[in-house]
Amino acid sequence: MSEPTSAPLHELISFRVGEQYFCVDIMAVRELRGWTEATPLPRAPAYVTGVINLRGAVLPIIDMAARMGLEPAQPTARSVIIVVWIENRLVGLLVDAVCDIVAVGDEAIQPTPDVACEAVQAFVKGLLTVDDRLISLIGLDQVMPPLEAAPEAA
Amino acid sequence: MGTLSPESLAAIRVVFFQECEEHLAEIEAGLSALQGGDRDPETINAVFRAVHSVKGGAGIFELEALVQFSHRFETALAEVRAGRLEPDPEILRVLLRAADVLADLVEAGREGRSMRADRMAPLSEELAALAPASAEPVEFDELNFEPRPVVFQPLGATGRAIRTWRVRFRPYAGLYAKANEPLVLLRELERLGRAEIVLDASGVPTLEAFDPEDSYLSWTITLATEHDEAAIREVFEFVEDDCELSIALDIGDLPPAVATTQATFEAEPLATAGEPHPEPAPSIPVAGRGPAAAQTIRVDLDRVERLVDLVSELVINQSMLAEHIAAEALNRRDGVAIALDDLHQLTRDIQDSVMAIRAQPVKAVFQRMSRLVREAEQATGKRVRLVTEGETVEVDRTVIERLTEPLTHMVRNAIDHGVEAPERRLALGKPPEGVVRVSAAHRGGRIVIEVADDGEGIDRERVRAIAVERGLIADEAALDDEAIDNLIFAPGFSTAEALSDLSGRGVGMDVVRRGVQALGGRISISSRRGEGATFLLSLPLTLAVLDGMLVSVRGQSLVAPLSTLIETVQPRPADIRRLGPNASLLAIRGTHVPLIDLGQALGYGRQAEPLSAQAVALLVEDDAGERAALLVDDILGQRQVVIKSLEANYREVEGVAAATILGDGRVALILDVNAIIASQRRHADAPERPSVAA
Amino acid sequence: MSSLEPKTILTVDDSRTMRDMLRLALVEAGYRVVQAIDGVEGLKLLEVERADVIITDINMPNLDGVGFIETVRGDARHRATPILVLTTESEPVLKDRARQAGATGWIVKPFNPTKLVDAIRRVAA
Repeated sequence: MSEPTSAPLHELISFRVGEQYFCVDIMAVRELRGWTEATPLPRAPAYVTGVINLRGAVLPIIDMAARMGLEPAQPTARSVIIVVWIENRLVGLLVDAVCDIVAVGDEAIQPTPDVACEAVQAFVKGLLTVDDRLISLIGLDQVMPPLEAAPEAA
Repeated sequence: MGTLSPESLAAIRVVFFQECEEHLAEIEAGLSALQGGDRDPETINAVFRAVHSVKGGAGIFELEALVQFSHRFETALAEVRAGRLEPDPEILRVLLRAADVLADLVEAGREGRSMRADRMAPLSEELAALAPASAEPVEFDELNFEPRPVVFQPLGATGRAIRTWRVRFRPYAGLYAKANEPLVLLRELERLGRAEIVLDASGVPTLEAFDPEDSYLSWTITLATEHDEAAIREVFEFVEDDCELSIALDIGDLPPAVATTQATFEAEPLATAGEPHPEPAPSIPVAGRGPAAAQTIRVDLDRVERLVDLVSELVINQSMLAEHIAAEALNRRDGVAIALDDLHQLTRDIQDSVMAIRAQPVKAVFQRMSRLVREAEQATGKRVRLVTEGETVEVDRTVIERLTEPLTHMVRNAIDHGVEAPERRLALGKPPEGVVRVSAAHRGGRIVIEVADDGEGIDRERVRAIAVERGLIADEAALDDEAIDNLIFAPGFSTAEALSDLSGRGVGMDVVRRGVQALGGRISISSRRGEGATFLLSLPLTLAVLDGMLVSVRGQSLVAPLSTLIETVQPRPADIRRLGPNASLLAIRGTHVPLIDLGQALGYGRQAEPLSAQAVALLVEDDAGERAALLVDDILGQRQVVIKSLEANYREVEGVAAATILGDGRVALILDVNAIIASQRRHADAPERPSVAA
Repeated sequence: MSSLEPKTILTVDDSRTMRDMLRLALVEAGYRVVQAIDGVEGLKLLEVERADVIITDINMPNLDGVGFIETVRGDARHRATPILVLTTESEPVLKDRARQAGATGWIVKPFNPTKLVDAIRRVAA
């Protein structure tokens, strides 16, 4: 699958959200966890399910389905939380299943076509085809909710 | 014997820079004391020693600029110490600035970069001018830690000519008095080559005239060596003044084959024969007073952190145990009840003790403000006097470290925007020198820090205008004075018009506020136009643990800090009054307080109306003394909880101070009572502020 | 005393950096090292420890090097104990005072380990 060339290989971990497949750089992934019920956060965006306890630290959980503009997830015992580093923070990404680890070179990543909606454009950095499957490469920098701009008006 | 390994040196280098921090603090403290009129010789001595120590260590690590500068600094201090230089305000200013430059040089040395000469040179010259006679630059001795080959080659192995020297050596009494040993020296001499040693004991008197303290022996050594005269003389380096020594080339016969140490006289019997009775050990003279130092030990920080973590877990565990026991109603039995009480008390005591290990006085942080003020004076041209109070107030070290930044911003802000320029102050009838007062105190289970200036206060017109301009408030919004003052903390607000050195970096007060809130703290400002402004910073004493009341709201567990809780109440429908469309009040003992549906305030959903008979509320009070009743579904009991940060991995959430992990492993949110009460005020339609019973 | 037993060196210096450096260099050279942070502690240690050689700084709080040397010399048990002072180039007056008080020799700071051991060899039996 990977060309033995001088181009550096990216190791990516792919996962399924609803019917679609995505992947992120494995260097950002700290661990994988099973689903536990999260404590909801007041007035958080809909895609922030809440927070859970990760060995004594408070970990926010982002529902990746909702984040991508898809139907919000109905987490089951089989759902997976991918714990990733985003800048200095640890964040949990709620997904339906983790699929595989793939190693690809730069040339395997195609640019995102313009047809996608805004949400997708914000996160998807490129597309891959692996075994006939379309996998969207996600950049994590935009996943977290943006900082509030002004103190809440009434 | 080889060189010191790079790892060992690197480890000691770390120690050196740690020590430098201590020395720099001492220098600052000592010079400040002198500024304050302290003339205790030990004070200036301590400063001198600190600079001296920095110089010594700098030499080891070949930090040449630091060595040179500290040498000049030390020399100037020596003049003061000797009484030849009077530490008047001018001189002290120079010395204080020198201390600042020294700190910068240490920093540069630590980071392995060099400092700009123009930063250092003028002050270096000023220091030199203070002690003209002795301000020569330090001669740099060879510092390389290469082993010097002192290997004794067989004759001719190095190919250098072997020459014969004749050394005559007669020690004086003083040599022995300093515990030097001729035999040892002769032994060392022997290592230089082949030696024939001849003892001349002709000077030894008869026993009656024998003085064990005196010296009667002399030696003549014929030494064949390839070393030069300097090497031979070096052996006698320590005793040169205490002996007769002559070293000359002996252009005569080669020495006989085998060297012998003929000095079979043991030096010991000579010294001990007829020794006078040892006097009782004299009392120890103590040069200079010092306060009785508390016994201290150095402990690895990691160990302390681990201990703190363990104790925190112990606290949770004990809490859960108490809960389970209560659930089983076991605590009604005497033995269990007493034991449980004891356990609770014991746990608290352990926790207090452990926390005390980490507690440090805020003094170190305040001291950094001195330098900040000096630099601000220079940068802005204003004159400011820093007054500090409550330096000995202790706070957990995690809080200490994070205090510096907000404090720095508050002080800068006070000088930049608060204190007026000297001419303007005079025109206003104020003394030309502004005062910035930084104080710390324990208040209500928290630490409260105030930064007050006697400057012009907040220009509310301007602040309001800017806020409108930046879209932070609506043009027609009605805000009281306090609200306007605190607009400076709003994101996107920064009146960086007069950019001085300090404030041009674009770090707004909103960042400061977020930082403070991340610590579980609060910051606000109050101002009197023309008189000055006061920043109020309040922080928990420790970031680790909180006493709270666990409540349940719409199925969610929440913790209300016990420090905000006045009492729990069971509101009856008859006590509730509506006020406008959005607000309710609860009548309590003759007064009314806002009734806040916590579920609604946090967005979990309204409580069903009418109020259920089981409804309970927490009567709470915020920092400003404002009270409210928080309506909850159930009260689950007191808990001591370990505080976990929400900001670390997420964001600040309005109404939530932090989070904690309950015994069942789930995360529970800790309420920010201040924010909840404030938000209620905003949302209601201009409610009457309920009067609070005095 | 067997010459095979390691010699014990008492170092007295209020700087932790200097103490660490001395310990490193001396242990490497095969000596046993005992350390004190100032003259007072040094005297206490001498009550219970043997010291074949003493190395002391001059500028120290509580009891400075000169005072320490004087006291040590005043104790008959230690009259013959070699004492080396750590001195910097620019302290000739202080060095003299130390010698007057009975210092056996000196080591110039910053020292290099070779010179340190040479100095010790020149005074230790």
